[in-house]
Amino acid sequence: MRATCLNMVYDLAKRDKRVLFIGSDLSPGLLADMQKEMPERWYMEGITEANVIGMAAGFAMEGYIPYVNTIATFITRRCYEQVAVDLCLHELPVRLIGNGGGLVYAPLGPTHLAIEDIAIMRALPNMTVTAACDAKEMVRLMNCTLDWPHPIYIRLAKGGDPVVSRDENGFAIGKAIPMRRARARRSIVLMATGVMTTNALAAAETLAKEGHDVAVVHFHTIKPLDEEAVLEFSRDAELVVTVEEGTMIGGFGSAVADVLIEKLGTRLPPLVRIGLPDAFPHKYGLQDELFEVYGLAPAQIAARVAKSLKVREKVA
Amino acid sequence: MAGAQVAQTLSLATPPLDERSKYLRRLVVRTLHGGERGHVGSSLSLIEIMRVLYDDILRYRPSEPKWSARDRMILSKGHGCIAQYVMLAEKGFIPHETLDTFCRRDSILGGHPEAAKIPGVEASTGALGHGLSYGVGMALAARIEKRDTRVIVVMGDGEINEGSVWEAALCAGKHKLANLTAVIDYNKIQSAGPTREVQDLEPILDKWRAFNFATVDVDGHDVDALRDVFRGLPLAADRPSAIICHTVKGKGIAFAENDANWHHKSKIAKDMVTKLYAALE
Repeated sequence: MRATCLNMVYDLAKRDKRVLFIGSDLSPGLLADMQKEMPERWYMEGITEANVIGMAAGFAMEGYIPYVNTIATFITRRCYEQVAVDLCLHELPVRLIGNGGGLVYAPLGPTHLAIEDIAIMRALPNMTVTAACDAKEMVRLMNCTLDWPHPIYIRLAKGGDPVVSRDENGFAIGKAIPMRRARARRSIVLMATGVMTTNALAAAETLAKEGHDVAVVHFHTIKPLDEEAVLEFSRDAELVVTVEEGTMIGGFGSAVADVLIEKLGTRLPPLVRIGLPDAFPHKYGLQDELFEVYGLAPAQIAARVAKSLKVREKVA
Repeated sequence: MAGAQVAQTLSLATPPLDERSKYLRRLVVRTLHGGERGHVGSSLSLIEIMRVLYDDILRYRPSEPKWSARDRMILSKGHGCIAQYVMLAEKGFIPHETLDTFCRRDSILGGHPEAAKIPGVEASTGALGHGLSYGVGMALAARIEKRDTRVIVVMGDGEINEGSVWEAALCAGKHKLANLTAVIDYNKIQSAGPTREVQDLEPILDKWRAFNFATVDVDGHDVDALRDVFRGLPLAADRPSAIICHTVKGKGIAFAENDANWHHKSKIAKDMVTKLYAALE
């Protein structure tokens, strides 16, 4: 997904002279062909995130569309005021590509784990927040970024992620994609973002085998959230479950909950949010291992949903 | 010679304020009266810098604020905005009457300038340490398009405490941005007190030189000297320029000069306005 995303920057730059790339201190040889072909639109500026964001803003004020890339924690936390003031207040079309969203950098520890990137980016006025589920979808997203007039945060997954998205579903920023249809309106609805959509689909398979009727809706855009889709799938749901690889404070599940509370009032469907707790991850290992630590592996998601249904049946 | 020594020498030689400098300061007082508040000291130290830039140096069209061939002047120390507002009024970007609305609910003139509201303002500033990076991006854009645009970023001395300024300086030096100029309003007093005590900047010229800027220092209230320095830009053909302007916080109002308590004032009532005008007689 990362390689696809960056190659797309080069591809877009070939199509549109407004596009340029700014990295911080990334791998040697990154986008070397682009650097060679269009050196005036390829920049590697070192570990100066605050400056890189401001510089991108300066370019954007002159009509350019800068794609800025570094590790997700550093492009969000490290230069948050620059993102807020330089990009969001000025409402500039700068694209922030964050490597390793969520738990990707598991072995590197909490300084490198972007657990609240979605929450803090979402809080900024004018910011668009995206988390594609695979490399194919990343291509579709990147193609939409040329003409989107607002700043965009593009959260990247680990890379080599299984492809679950489908071309025929189309793609528009802010438009959720139903990935699995339920038989009846009164079903279990799993809503997920990023690669958690892949895990939600696998969990849905397990639940279906157990006899449950399950829908899965993919939200590649967390902001602006497709409120219509949230409401359409929630209204008659037996249970709504949000799944995210990030903190539940202010994240995707919060965004969904906000819409439900605001729009459905007392007719709220039962809601379960699955995500990371309010704590810095304290273990290393692999991303998949941390999924298991936090209950984000497909089997765990399925088990959590099944358990939640049982509890509700008991109460009923 | 160390910067502070130069400052002392220069301030002794500062010519008295001429009628235009006093008139511009009266416009500052008019603006303060309108909002009953404002960054008094921080605006008054900037007056001659803004005056010379708008009167003699910058290319712009008030009727066409986004004219592509304009020079880009970013007031990175956004809290000094009254000094820019009075020049925007003088040049016809905004009516003088707008100064009277300063900081009022529906005014376009806030306590920090917003680009989306005020014609002639390049960037919304106020949070310190952002402007030089904007300037780097703008200067690189001009280079790509082979425009002879000059990019001038005016910063405060307290502002350059910010690490982001030095990140931007590294970047500007690396790219040898001769079309970029950093101007420092070195009034030597920040909000909490003297810069020497709060966060010493000396040797300030050496710092900018070490970041590969060509440097010069000048009396920031001497109109002729400022004009000469700005007309001499770029200071070097292969480097960005840094102009250290030795200024006096609160310049022109004797009782406010060099007094950190006059960095910002609120509740500026009519009797105080009268005193401010009287000090400019």
